[in-house]
Amino acid sequence: MWSSEWLILLVGLPFLGSLLTALLPSHSRSAANWLAGAMALACFGIAISAYSSVTDGMVVRHQVEWVPHLGLSLTLRLDGFAWMFSMLITGIGALVILYARYYMSPKDPVVRFYALLLAFMGAMQGLVVSGNIILLAVFWELTSIFSFLLIGYWHHNQAARDGARMALTITGAGGLCLLAGMVLLGQIVGSYDLDVVLQSGDLIRASDLYLPTLLLILAGALTKSAQFPFHFWLPNAMAAPTPVSAYLHSATMVKAGVFLLTRFWPVLSGTDAWFFIVGFAGLSTLLIGAYFAIFQHDLKGLLAYSTISHLGLVTTLLSLGSPLAAVAAIFHMVNHATFKASLFMAAGIIDHEAGTRDMRRLSGLFSFLPITATLAMVASAAMAGVPLLNGFLSKEMFFAETLEQHRASVLDTVTPYVATIAAAFAVTYSIRLIHTVFFGPRASDLPKVPHEPPRWMRLPIELLVLACLVVGTIPGLSIGSYLDTAVVSVLGDATPVYSLSIWHGFNLPLAMSIVALLGGIVLYMALKSYLDWCEEGPPIFRRLKGQRIFERILVAVSWRWARVAERFLGTRRLQPQLRLIVVAAILAGVWAMWGARHLAPQLTISGVDPVLAMMWLVGGGCAVAAAYQAKFHRLAALIFLGVAGLVTCITFVWLSAPDLGVTQLLVEIVTTVLILLGLRWLPKRDDQIERHGFWVRLRRGRDFFIAVIAGAGMALLAYYMMMTPLPPSVGDYYLQHAYSEGGGTNVVNVILVDFRGFDTLGEIVVLAVVALTVFALLRRFRPAEDNSELPYQQREQNEYDSIQRDREVGETLKDYLLVPSVIMRWMFAAITLLAAYLFLRGHDLPGGGFAAGVAMAIGFLLQYLAGGTRWVEERLRIRPVQWIGFGLLAATATGLGSLTVGYPFLTSYFQYTEVPFIGGVPTASALFFDLGVFSLVVGATVLMLVAIAHQSLRAPKARPDRAVAERAAVEQGES
Amino acid sequence: MSVVILTVAVWFSQIILALAMMLVAYRLFIGPRAQDRILALDMLYVCAMLQLLVFGVRTGNAIFFEAALIIGMLGFVATVSLAKFLMRGEVIE
Repeated sequence: MWSSEWLILLVGLPFLGSLLTALLPSHSRSAANWLAGAMALACFGIAISAYSSVTDGMVVRHQVEWVPHLGLSLTLRLDGFAWMFSMLITGIGALVILYARYYMSPKDPVVRFYALLLAFMGAMQGLVVSGNIILLAVFWELTSIFSFLLIGYWHHNQAARDGARMALTITGAGGLCLLAGMVLLGQIVGSYDLDVVLQSGDLIRASDLYLPTLLLILAGALTKSAQFPFHFWLPNAMAAPTPVSAYLHSATMVKAGVFLLTRFWPVLSGTDAWFFIVGFAGLSTLLIGAYFAIFQHDLKGLLAYSTISHLGLVTTLLSLGSPLAAVAAIFHMVNHATFKASLFMAAGIIDHEAGTRDMRRLSGLFSFLPITATLAMVASAAMAGVPLLNGFLSKEMFFAETLEQHRASVLDTVTPYVATIAAAFAVTYSIRLIHTVFFGPRASDLPKVPHEPPRWMRLPIELLVLACLVVGTIPGLSIGSYLDTAVVSVLGDATPVYSLSIWHGFNLPLAMSIVALLGGIVLYMALKSYLDWCEEGPPIFRRLKGQRIFERILVAVSWRWARVAERFLGTRRLQPQLRLIVVAAILAGVWAMWGARHLAPQLTISGVDPVLAMMWLVGGGCAVAAAYQAKFHRLAALIFLGVAGLVTCITFVWLSAPDLGVTQLLVEIVTTVLILLGLRWLPKRDDQIERHGFWVRLRRGRDFFIAVIAGAGMALLAYYMMMTPLPPSVGDYYLQHAYSEGGGTNVVNVILVDFRGFDTLGEIVVLAVVALTVFALLRRFRPAEDNSELPYQQREQNEYDSIQRDREVGETLKDYLLVPSVIMRWMFAAITLLAAYLFLRGHDLPGGGFAAGVAMAIGFLLQYLAGGTRWVEERLRIRPVQWIGFGLLAATATGLGSLTVGYPFLTSYFQYTEVPFIGGVPTASALFFDLGVFSLVVGATVLMLVAIAHQSLRAPKARPDRAVAERAAVEQGES
Repeated sequence: MSVVILTVAVWFSQIILALAMMLVAYRLFIGPRAQDRILALDMLYVCAMLQLLVFGVRTGNAIFFEAALIIGMLGFVATVSLAKFLMRGEVIE
């Protein structure tokens, strides 16, 4: 029995290989190629060895729990159908890597190419073996992303960038729809497990949500498989390197859509909606793709449209809902992958050897590359559906199916005719490909003189064409049993009796084939001369380009509509923005609370503490005053804000949250200094702005009204929340277990560093990121014109100093600050002690790493205040970034420490340690975690404050330059 | 008897302190100069510190001491930086 762990390897190896390849030096072309090839071959080997475990509808499953209570698990599941796809993905992947070794130019950065290709292979492999439908959607998006990167591989090329972006936009949007569809599917079935979903066909089809689910899933599948009307991204993706096209656009990526349709065929098909939507998309794609393919001049363009058409064929087959049609669809997927991959590679060789892919310039190449030409001819014949080749077999099955009546309707009636016409078109473009490129007069004006490619470059094509031939001549012996395995795994008991033999006697499908073949030849004869000179694209539809429409829509959505939205909703000014946000919040609150009045407890004013009430009066008055002054007196507003904050802190203490009060007080102080630092660099007030007058009053009155409603509403909500008795919550648990589990009596701190330590870790990471971002942004900050010079106070004081004979510049400052600066410097030691005190007792009493960190930062800040930036930095090297780094490391290392002794991440350990002279000291491993928090907070706070403070150092440097420049300009004007 | 005295004293001082805060707030509101407002803010910090200490006495709980300690040790930072801003036009040179 094949072990299910191999499945992890099957999906994981390509990703691992991708990572290893990406780590190689960029010039190691051969090593990258060998590594990628070895990985692909290893996966191929694993896939082959799995065969005996998936026959007769057997399934290999491997499940790793992910988020079990949400029904998410990393389930890998290999059945016959997935096995068949795995063979295609890994086998053709290995061939493509071999081919790319010779195809890629020495100038291309191939390490990136192989890394991306392997990653794509992993994503595709993951997609086919996903046993959880959400996981499937995840891998689906991964294939979209890697295909985007692969199509845009030559990113210096505009067409490649555009094609990649279009492919990503369309398949990515489809992927989002698919995810939504999968979630709906999961809701209907009650499980995201693929096996459960596949057994709930009746439930799904009977559900009210069936139609939206179907539409969403189809949106995903049809975009991915480039079905009409989403087909236009595929031809534009041809800007990719040819190995990418051979891999993604024949065997894998575009097959994902039809794979999905087949995967969910047992549960979604068989309804009218399925038949009409899928059938319409499939039939129109089949016809349009084949028709457009005839008129392409680019070899790869022709192949791209032909791929679209063949995918349409598969989709049509799947739409019919009969098991026989599903068999034909699966069979055709394999056949198409083999002949189309080989054709793409042949086109790549022609491009490589002749220097062009334009069929109007290529001619008579047979004499230059006879072997490649022969191979391409066989593959094209398979594509056209010539007997004794694999394409013929599946096409016959297709014809036979179209003749059956499925659902009496116009669509059903026209199907055989459309199928025959499309088949004739396929013959036409196949002949055109072969005839124009390989026959006729020898081309003389080619950029290069073509000759046969290296033997190993041709080998992948030879193998694939051999497969076409073998399957075409002895289908039963070659592919019969494997196809049967795949079919049984999809259809189960519904597997019909089918025959793979080449000869079924003279019947209608054969007649259709003959008509198509002859019709195609006649059509080619008729069109031949026209095709030699016509413009690219089919006659009538030439102007109707999907690409243009797509670009128009994109421009409309991302440019025009965005502009409109910005004009109506956005604003460059802060105040209207705030107004919008606050009004929206009020409306949302009212909407949510409407009709919930009965839930509200009675408002009571009994038991008021008169002291607190008086202080609130002060605080509330200051809050209103801050708002009132904010417009015209920034400094006054800041002072008012400080008082409002202070009263808030007192309230916290009063309402028995001393820990919160302590922290908030510290934050309050730092914030005041921070805003003051920023105040210096705000643009000066424009005196032109009117301060009084009717409209100003009206505007301010309206804003006041909005503010009062928002504030009162918030207060009311908070009051109701606090007055409502809470049901038993997690908070009670924390209160009860803080000491027994976390070893601390300060519940807030125990929650922060122990119970919810992981949250805290995330928060401090965010803090570090914010601090670094502020630092990085301020490095480039240049103050506005009007305040880039020294503040007038400093200018006046400096002037006074320089006029007095016995004074030096800066002495006024020194005199004024003589006493305060000594105090501030000496306070450093005391503040450090305070920080240590807050830190050490934090686990049991108010304090903790965060409060201690802020206190310590204030200590540093005071030194800057007292002595100025230069003075401090000459004496004290504070390295905030190192503090941040140490903090992150300490916190993470504490968490990892618990892993080494076999407990989950961030489990804390607690004991009493005997310290001489002090006695038993409570020590918890959480203390080290808290040390990390402390260090990080110090680093982040100091980094931000110092970054702003450094602006004053920077600005004077810019000033003399400009003064000199101005003077020079004036002098020049004078002379 | 001493309990009554203590209770009355605590209440009295709390009310007086709160009244002081309101009076200071009045200065804060009318200004007129920025210096007045900064002094008022400093005064409010001091009152708040005392208020917290008295509150600790009233509840017989030492847990409120830290908040008062922090105001006492660090409350002046806001005042100093505001004053420096007034004097020099920027806080850190």
